[in-house]
Amino acid sequence: MQSAIEFVGINKFFGSVHANCDIHLNVATGSIHGIVGENGAGKSTLMSILYGYYEATSGTIRINGHNARITSPSAAIQLGIGMVHQHFMLIETFTVLENILLGAEGGYLLAKGRKDMRAKLRHFGERYGLIVDPDARIADLGVGMRQRVEILKALMRGANILILDEPTAVLTPDEADGLFIMLRRLRDEGKTILIITHKLREIMDLTDHVSVMRHGRMVGQFLTAQTSMDELAKAMVGRKIDLNSQKSPARPGPVMLDVRDLVVRDAKGTIRVDHVSLTLHAGEIVGLAGVAGNGQSELLQALAGMRAIESGSLILEDEVQNIYHINPRQMRRAGLMHVPEDRHHHGLVMNFDACESAILGFHHDETYGRGLLDRSAVKSALAIEMETYDIRPRNPRLSTKSFSGGNQQKIVLSREIEREPKILLIGQPTRGVDVGAIEFIHNRLLKLRDEGKAILLVSVELDEIIALSDRILVMCDGKITGERGGLDPDIKDLGLLMGGVDEKVA
Amino acid sequence: MRRSLPLWAEVALMPLINIVAAFLISGLVVLFIGESPLEALRLMMLGALGSAEGLAFTLYYTTNFIFTGLSVTLAYRAGLFNIGAEGQAYLGGLGAALVCLTFPNWPAFLLLPMAMIGAGLFGALWGMIPGWLLAKRGSHIVITTIMFNWIATSLMSYLLVNVLRAPGSMQPESPAFSKAALMPSLDGFLNVLGLRLSNSPLNASFLLALLAALYVWLLIWHTRLGYEIRTLGANPGAADYAGVPTTKIIIITMGLSGLMAAGLSLNEVLGVQHRLLLDFTSGYGFVGIAVALMGRAHPFGVVCAALLFGMLYQGGSELAFDQPKITRDMIVVIQGLVVLFAGALEGLWRKPLLASFNLLSPKSAQSGPER
Repeated sequence: MQSAIEFVGINKFFGSVHANCDIHLNVATGSIHGIVGENGAGKSTLMSILYGYYEATSGTIRINGHNARITSPSAAIQLGIGMVHQHFMLIETFTVLENILLGAEGGYLLAKGRKDMRAKLRHFGERYGLIVDPDARIADLGVGMRQRVEILKALMRGANILILDEPTAVLTPDEADGLFIMLRRLRDEGKTILIITHKLREIMDLTDHVSVMRHGRMVGQFLTAQTSMDELAKAMVGRKIDLNSQKSPARPGPVMLDVRDLVVRDAKGTIRVDHVSLTLHAGEIVGLAGVAGNGQSELLQALAGMRAIESGSLILEDEVQNIYHINPRQMRRAGLMHVPEDRHHHGLVMNFDACESAILGFHHDETYGRGLLDRSAVKSALAIEMETYDIRPRNPRLSTKSFSGGNQQKIVLSREIEREPKILLIGQPTRGVDVGAIEFIHNRLLKLRDEGKAILLVSVELDEIIALSDRILVMCDGKITGERGGLDPDIKDLGLLMGGVDEKVA
Repeated sequence: MRRSLPLWAEVALMPLINIVAAFLISGLVVLFIGESPLEALRLMMLGALGSAEGLAFTLYYTTNFIFTGLSVTLAYRAGLFNIGAEGQAYLGGLGAALVCLTFPNWPAFLLLPMAMIGAGLFGALWGMIPGWLLAKRGSHIVITTIMFNWIATSLMSYLLVNVLRAPGSMQPESPAFSKAALMPSLDGFLNVLGLRLSNSPLNASFLLALLAALYVWLLIWHTRLGYEIRTLGANPGAADYAGVPTTKIIIITMGLSGLMAAGLSLNEVLGVQHRLLLDFTSGYGFVGIAVALMGRAHPFGVVCAALLFGMLYQGGSELAFDQPKITRDMIVVIQGLVVLFAGALEGLWRKPLLASFNLLSPKSAQSGPER
């Protein structure tokens, strides 16, 4: 079989850091090839070399059998390589057609270019099943559609090789399925697809071949059909890890959080949480499952005091809260800690020193100085957590943004968990976190539960919900559509509840 | 490979290169006029630093720039772009004047502090109103602070022409304040240091400006209020999450920003003019934006940048005086170029500088792969 891409002995140094170490890799034309590895394993660096963001320190890349010197993204595009970024690069106020036309306008006046591109789009749409409305504005499109536009953009520039960086990170399970169907079709038409991901299930579902990277090296190449998730996970972390943590049965204590008929509206006035009632006991983990965007985020934020509540009642331990006057500071003082779903927008301040981020929300604590803020106390507080949570590099003064996703998440987790919460609200605890850290975080949460803390877990990863929860609540369209036990739940049943269908009732 | 410059290059080398670039281009303009750029530079430096009097004037200008630079800096740390230092300083002058004119018989130990408090209150209030409009009504701070400059201008013109004007005077200015309201001169102090000075405009406001810089530094990096201000500026979502009372912080920050701007009026109104004049702020508030940008929104940087601008102002006047062909406008061109390079084109040299750093020390391991 011919190789679309060959990496021969690629090395890449960043200063003294050996990010890619003697990489050899062949990607067969017309195949879907997955690259998995923990954060910082060197996958993104390798793809950046292929797309011309970086130049390799040594080694050769061959595209379709010819030696290629890829010095810039435009050189990569010339060679028929297209990249779909994790964060889309689209102009929201432009239409689909205008976005695709950008950089390929074909002359001073737009009319002809537009007409040609419209015809081309129709043709591609029919051929690959990539149908979009060319006149829709990007701002009006969902994430799945936007990604489709990104893919079309690459294809329109003549890409035969598509690189996708964590393409499902922002998608709902439905949208992810749609993407996979599309990608298979593209492969069948002869395109070569390279996909970077954390998610082993997707690798098993989608790819033909899979390569595993660890610490900058290629540590394993497998035919997907002949491998298993456990084998891949083992190759990724270099040791055997247990993907299905064996949780012991919970011993629930008294009710810590009692929510009745909670209603929350968003800024536009749409009801996002629709008369939700739930109870949370000490010593249990309650998982809140659902497709992203069905009110889980709003519920979590409302309970944390970040969002105005319209009506309902809220009892923390024995204390009835005034729902019109709650705020995050007051909730923290009452013993309710919150690991937010989005560490970039809420949980951390990327430009702050890590130790400053590590007191966010607790900066009024007297531990950090009376009167003036005692900077050395702030620093040593994180230095201690860095040991227990194995946060690397161990420098509390380093700016928050220079830590990897997993380590950033550990900074947030240590901040909220190590303060003896009575109730812990936790959203997407392992989003963008590598497998080794996932195991650590899951074990920490289970231990916390056994210590008698009440934990409300929101996650869009059903696997995670099942692995951790003692009870599972499913949300759809702002309502709780059902409750199931946490031991061996029927996945099909949960899936139906996520779609708003309760089989047991119907 | 380095992704960012080392700290010393970022805070010292980059501004230096920017200043040199601005001077080089200014030199070309001087050459074009038919004068020697080196001679012009010599005259400027001599004018700014060469004599006790020149130095005193330089520091007097510096005082103004420190106050307005700090004003812009403080707001900037909260993510607010305060264009209104000019108007806030103007109103500060009104506050001081009202106290001085209402209680002309108070002794100095009472009148001077009260006048300063009056200036501070008025300046702070003029900053807080746009802050309140932003926090409660969502009005854009840039627009409102600019409009408040105009309101201040109109208000002061009205008051100086119709209300505060000295009886029988044709000038739109208030009567002179009582001697008790004078900001103490630093001449005597400098004489002790061996500088022969009399009647220089340098006064105790300069020391207040340095204290203000120290205060802003403490506030931003060593207090909880500063922590909340920075959180709000760097990540408003995180501020929400942390329970930072956003509305309150915005109003307080704008108030403090206006308070800093009002320092300008201590120097001008209480220190030099001893009366309220039309347009005594003469653009110092706007230059404060450039000072803050060049000073990297850090109080220490602001003091350094203010000193540079002080030298430019004083040296420039001397140059215009000595070289008739080089007019006052030429000085404005040079200042404009410094603002252009230090502010607007601030990143111009970063990439080449970074590249040369990497070229000179290919093995320097600064940061690993971030992607």
